[in-house]
Amino acid sequence: MSFISVFDVMGPNMIGPSSSHTAGATRIGFLAQKMIHGPLKKVDFTLYGSFSRTYKGHGTDRALLGGIMGFSTDDMRIRNSFEIAEKKGLEFTFTPNEVETDLHPNTVDIHMVNEKGQEMTVRGESLGGGKVRIVRINSVQVDFTGDYSAVIVIHQDKPGVIAYITKCLSDRNVNIAFMRLFRESKGEIAYTIVESDGQLPEDIGDTIRQNINIHEVMIVQM
Amino acid sequence: MDFRNAQELLALCEEHQLPISEIMRQREITVGESTADSVDSQMKRVLEIMKDAAFSPIKSPVKSMGGLIGGEAQKLSEHLASGKGICGDVLEKAITYAMATLETNASMGLIVASPTAGSAGIVPGLLLALQEIYHFSDEETEKVLFNAGAIGYLAMRNATVAGAVGGCQAETGVAAAMAASAATELMGGTPLQCTYAASTVLMNMLGLVCDPVGGLVEYPCQNRNASGVSIALVAAEMALAGITQLIPLDEMITIMYTVGRKLPAELRETALGGCAAAPSACEACHMCE
Repeated sequence: MSFISVFDVMGPNMIGPSSSHTAGATRIGFLAQKMIHGPLKKVDFTLYGSFSRTYKGHGTDRALLGGIMGFSTDDMRIRNSFEIAEKKGLEFTFTPNEVETDLHPNTVDIHMVNEKGQEMTVRGESLGGGKVRIVRINSVQVDFTGDYSAVIVIHQDKPGVIAYITKCLSDRNVNIAFMRLFRESKGEIAYTIVESDGQLPEDIGDTIRQNINIHEVMIVQM
Repeated sequence: MDFRNAQELLALCEEHQLPISEIMRQREITVGESTADSVDSQMKRVLEIMKDAAFSPIKSPVKSMGGLIGGEAQKLSEHLASGKGICGDVLEKAITYAMATLETNASMGLIVASPTAGSAGIVPGLLLALQEIYHFSDEETEKVLFNAGAIGYLAMRNATVAGAVGGCQAETGVAAAMAASAATELMGGTPLQCTYAASTVLMNMLGLVCDPVGGLVEYPCQNRNASGVSIALVAAEMALAGITQLIPLDEMITIMYTVGRKLPAELRETALGGCAAAPSACEACHMCE
């Protein structure tokens, strides 16, 4: 069982009204924008389950958009995130999907396009109490909470790539807490997610990117 | 310094001759790998946010996002000021702050989920009222927030604090148990008396269902924060008077969890039963259109 802090009980400090529909939504948006290089040009949110039915009354839409702009759960700017996004020139849409019901009740798909035209879709679930999980990046199923600092590596599914990644980490004295590999199919695109205790070295992404089989490296600091 | 249940917590209090709050604080520093400065400054911030959330709607009432609540705290405050209150100062203030905090929450204001957003008014409601009436310092109030955290941790670890799993008894029930225990320590009670107060609350709120109108954290959530704070105050008073409880806190936590899981899904935050299904509530909320 993971450690339950007094501030997990007396917390999170958050913009209301709901830890799952507001704080959790902010957190999912925050993690999603860490997966793609900014600045973002356009973001489309598809809401499922309870998110699709109650998102307006819970401010889930403002919270998701605030998270996409890098706001934390206690950031008062969440209330005005529509206006702030419009000022930044960030386009956004929200689409409730009540057809697909075979999902976690608080699920959102976030489709992001940056100014270079790169696209990415991230699926997040809000688990309650502000806890969240990223369960899909593009078409690949993943499992990632953002509770730890993480390196997310998109790479070719080839022998030696994982050994290369772990060597880069061990050279910098990074202690691996969890490590998982997800792939579309054999020899194609794979995602390696390494979670670590404490902060990661800022330039670790540049180091890992040196290998020709590595397509992209994203760092999510705790 | 760690504990898994109230029995182990009380043994630690006895062994070290320390109150529950200090055992919980030490646990955060040692097991949580933190420092005294860091945990104390985080708790200072918790109290700051609690005060803002509880005081601001009294002066400036706000309509909730879903439009079901807003202005209740100001009404209570004016009622108390008029001298017509019937609850007495502590409870009158406690229900005002509890309802105010939910008003802040429902209008996208900043709150501390304690343990959840929907039950965020109870711990600050009672403790801020006691602080004001009995002139406790911020440091004394921050200290007993660790006590509240200890009770909430036990419920989180050994049961649930999610309305979707255990009903409102798991949210406002646990919040009131936390508030009762913290208030008991603040007013000079022993660690055992704190757990009696918490146990009494869970007993008296057993089976309370989670039935938010429109699925929103507004109504009846705000009312239940006011009633939760009063149940907490009564339980603390009983414990401080020396009344003991037949059923200890650990057993009450298990009982709350068992009862919670037996609640039908309609009464666990799905907005399909209870108050949420009342014809007048449906007419007011327009969520289904």
